[in-house]
Amino acid sequence: MSAEELTLTARAQRIRRHIIRMTAAAGSGHPGGSLSCVEILVNLYFRIMRIDPARPDWPDRDRFVLSKGHAAPALYATLAERGFFPTTQLTTLRKWGSMLQGHPDAKRTPGVEASTGSLGQGLSMAVGMALAGRVDKKDFRVFALLGDGESEEGQIWEAAMAGAHYRLSNLVAYLDFNRLQVDGRIEDVMSPTPLADRWRAFGWAVHEIDGHDLTALAQVTERALAEAQGPQLILAHTKKGKGVSFMEDAIDWHGVAPNAEQARQALRELGGEDE
Amino acid sequence: MSEPMATRDAYGKALAELGAQNPNIVVLDADLSKSTKTALFGERFPERFFNMGIAEQNMIGVAAGLAAAGKIPFASTFAVFAPGRVFDQIRNSIAYADLNVKIAASHAGLTVGADGASHQAVEDIALVRAIPHMTVIVPADGEQARQAVFAAAQHHGPVYLRLGRPKVPVVYDQEHRFQIGRADQLRTGDDVAIIACGLMVSLALQAADQLAAEGIAASVINMATIKPLDIGAVVRAAKTCGAVVTAEEHNIIGGLGSAVAEALGEFYPVPLRRVGIQDQFGQSGEPDELLAHYGMTAEHIAMAAREAVARKV
Repeated sequence: MSAEELTLTARAQRIRRHIIRMTAAAGSGHPGGSLSCVEILVNLYFRIMRIDPARPDWPDRDRFVLSKGHAAPALYATLAERGFFPTTQLTTLRKWGSMLQGHPDAKRTPGVEASTGSLGQGLSMAVGMALAGRVDKKDFRVFALLGDGESEEGQIWEAAMAGAHYRLSNLVAYLDFNRLQVDGRIEDVMSPTPLADRWRAFGWAVHEIDGHDLTALAQVTERALAEAQGPQLILAHTKKGKGVSFMEDAIDWHGVAPNAEQARQALRELGGEDE
Repeated sequence: MSEPMATRDAYGKALAELGAQNPNIVVLDADLSKSTKTALFGERFPERFFNMGIAEQNMIGVAAGLAAAGKIPFASTFAVFAPGRVFDQIRNSIAYADLNVKIAASHAGLTVGADGASHQAVEDIALVRAIPHMTVIVPADGEQARQAVFAAAQHHGPVYLRLGRPKVPVVYDQEHRFQIGRADQLRTGDDVAIIACGLMVSLALQAADQLAAEGIAASVINMATIKPLDIGAVVRAAKTCGAVVTAEEHNIIGGLGSAVAEALGEFYPVPLRRVGIQDQFGQSGEPDELLAHYGMTAEHIAMAAREAVARKV
């Protein structure tokens, strides 16, 4: 493990601790699907994306769209760690007057590119951003993060069709394949699988990896960007609630915040308090 | 210039003109570009025209993404599909973020004609009017539609532009100056005020002629912007005339009639009659047959005006 990866692994754990503290302070929110996508965000924001936290509206920046908007705590914690706003803001999540709304609000939060939360809509927005880059002859890249349950929405597949039709080689989508949704396991509620085959059939190049492996995430993302002839789908196998023993692969932690005692235990498992 | 013209034709021409002036204009369609007339833009600016296929939800989301990256997208399809099919996408992807997307929907109302009720949007204004940040424009004729396209592009934020399939009589010449949010008084009278939008404006003018022959002096006001409503113009008309009639090619629930009723109810209640679709679906037929059957001719407007006058205290 390189020094950089060690730092990024530590960064991921810090973000996980933020997620626990934020949802505990809010008394609501979605810890499970936030914890499952932490490494995907760390890889993008700390290694891949060309961004400048001091200039969130820099026209040539890479874009990221959190299509699974309920993972907002993970995005907010990542943006704060990356310097878009102070980490002291994080525990205002979901509270009156906060810049950190329950679901992403592009108008309120520096670094948030798209207002999402109604599932199925983010990939279309990412396609639009990628098309804008092509029209303007700019070389920014567009990244999106989708949920597996979200892939039950028809609009996702409309957007998939469009991304392939327009051969958007500046578009990379990650799919957080944690296998759980609100009402149960995805196979029981409404199976969107086999996901890799379906995305391939829709004309996307598909890369299947362990979504918690920062080395694999970096390699596959760089390869996808270098070789892209069209849109790329990185199917990231993840664990919902990753890093907290009692939240891992547990349906009940989709949309329930930890109480004070649960938060203390979670933070102990995640390496303790930061400050 | 004084030829009857469909507002969708005026839209298509204006869009191509606008595209030549402003390189940030991009256009999306959902496999109806020959009908919505965006094909004209597509021929002239193929690199800025995106046919999204029969996938309206994605089209609206892609428009949002283009706007988020600095473009000014015009997204077109039939009004039954946008806003009809894509209410959530307009609400959450576009309006919530106040993105600069113009939804220009054609084939609104009954005058779609032969295609029948499945294609006749009678509730689209109600849907978009209830969404925060949204501006709603229903031009009365070709010239006003042309100017509305330029006004929509100048205005920052989401706009719904409601366009029709059939040719409509000329109301305006090029001297007209359309402004978003400002009603246009076409005729002045103090017995009754007829407030209309879209193709009902020229029928309201005919109704005013009929009423004049009977000695009833009618004001005719073109309320081309349904939202933000020119409340001042509504109140002035109510104060001057003491009775109001609205006329729209839309369900009387949620459209112009509702907007005017809300303003009158809150600021200056006077007798009101609403001409429009009386909470029904349409059916196949010629536009004139449909307007006659659903009570939306000049005669029906005149009749409503007489009733409103009779109810004055």
